[in-house]
Amino acid sequence: MGIKLKLEGVNVFFGNNRAVKDVNIDFHANMVTAIIGPSGCGKSTVLRSINRMHDMVPSARVTGKILLDQTDIYEKNADPVSIRRRIGMVFQKPNPFPAMSIYDNVIAGYKLNGRANRQESDEIVEGSLKRVALWDEVKDRLKKSAMELSGGQQQRLCIARTIAVRPEVILMDEPCSALDPIATAKIEELINELKEQYTVAIVTHNMQQAARVSDYTAFLYLGELIEFDRTGKIFTNPEKKHTEDYITGRFG
Amino acid sequence: MEKESSTGRKAVSAEQSVSQTRSMKKILSGDSIFKGITICFALSILFILLLMVYEMGRESFPSIRQFGLKFITSSTWDAVAEDFGALPFIYGSVISSLLALLLATPLSVGTAIFVTEISQKRIGGIISALVELLAAIPSVIYGLWGVLVMAPWLQRSVQPFLIDHFGYLPFFQGAPYGVSMMAAVIILMIMIVPIITSISKEVLMAIPQSQREAAVALGATRWEMIRMAVLPYGRSGILGAVILGLGRAIGETMAVTMVIGNTPQISLSLLSPAYTMPSVIANEFAETTTRMHSAALMEIGLILLAVTLLVNVLARLLVWSVTRGTAGGGRIQ
Repeated sequence: MGIKLKLEGVNVFFGNNRAVKDVNIDFHANMVTAIIGPSGCGKSTVLRSINRMHDMVPSARVTGKILLDQTDIYEKNADPVSIRRRIGMVFQKPNPFPAMSIYDNVIAGYKLNGRANRQESDEIVEGSLKRVALWDEVKDRLKKSAMELSGGQQQRLCIARTIAVRPEVILMDEPCSALDPIATAKIEELINELKEQYTVAIVTHNMQQAARVSDYTAFLYLGELIEFDRTGKIFTNPEKKHTEDYITGRFG
Repeated sequence: MEKESSTGRKAVSAEQSVSQTRSMKKILSGDSIFKGITICFALSILFILLLMVYEMGRESFPSIRQFGLKFITSSTWDAVAEDFGALPFIYGSVISSLLALLLATPLSVGTAIFVTEISQKRIGGIISALVELLAAIPSVIYGLWGVLVMAPWLQRSVQPFLIDHFGYLPFFQGAPYGVSMMAAVIILMIMIVPIITSISKEVLMAIPQSQREAAVALGATRWEMIRMAVLPYGRSGILGAVILGLGRAIGETMAVTMVIGNTPQISLSLLSPAYTMPSVIANEFAETTTRMHSAALMEIGLILLAVTLLVNVLARLLVWSVTRGTAGGGRIQ
């Protein structure tokens, strides 16, 4: 399998504070890569640098290279907007647009690319909702507000909204942390299916989740990458003592 | 030695705090007295409002009985014949306020969006401080500027231009007086921009950052993010801000009185003088000779009070529906 996305010596600064230090991670195509580590280790910060979300924070600065299909997304003339259309993101707390219907939420991102005719929109909405296994639950109330859905349904709606844009990479920032175990199980199952089509990067504070869903795991501690390897290896036979201590729960 | 003295000091301060709690207990009864006093103060506000409504109702009763509904449908305002109809004033108030609102809303919402979403923090801060400074200018100063500077300018350049080029429209017919509905609209617009801007700004700032991120992550440009995530979320709050501006415009007295021309007539033309409810009260109250005249003015006051109260309550509800619970909710910047 090829490498879809490559982080080379990535540093993230907030003002003078260096939150992420020289991180190198390879994200393999059609694989799930988990980023784990204790709170404040910079895992979300790494993830958010991948679709240039830090551009929204004036004090933030990213150095190093992030190569998407060999092209640096931080290149001078790289367009963050088109990068974000190729690299979608799902957030910690479900954040559907409250003023929009379920239907409009799903199609919102796709519409940004230009006009979509009625039939095309219908197909995309149905396809995306089926993809996240939400179609049967909402097909009779597509025009209702997205806020009527439960938390787990909202999160799946947000994933549907993300894949409706047809990205190549999907970033997930602790997508289950606000959900109950049943909803979590559904999302994890979904992640497993998504990797057939997409390259997935997931940040999680839940080690079991990382072990369940990911093919590769990166362990971050205090902004530094401690170890990166196949998930099986990380969880059974890690190279570093530090990693072992963390996954066996000796700290964290 | 030094160590000893410092521990000694600690002991003293500990004793002090113990005695403080003791004296706190002693004045607990004082606490309840204080509570009682503040409740009285708070209730007195409500009492004053109710008293005001009652008094105005009582004072205007002769007029209400005499004219009934005709009071708000008739255009006659004749103090000598004691025949009173408030329609021109209601018309003047409503039209001047609505038109001012129409002009002020895009300006204010645009400013609020610039300050919260686009400008650098420091520049945004300076701009919003300047806008709020506008609110601190006494309205008589606006009126003075309006009547000495703006009205003559309107009369010399703007209104002749409009008559020449758009005179076929009913809105720009008649002679250029300067003091006119148009002058009132412009003054009111300037006066309500600060309130709409600052409340819209509050509303936009209360929108969770996660909403902006959701749009940006879908590949929205800044403008698309504003259109997709920010404005729809803040819609009802901004509407509330606009309605608060309306309340302010309807009640504004001094500046409008100075520039609107004070002529009780209903004309479609923005160039012709008009009259508003607060203006007629301010102008005529000192000169009332008959009971009926003052009752009629009181009734106008009652209508004005009812309208502004209604407008304000509606606006507060709308603003509250947005800012409630989400205020300061995870906005990063």
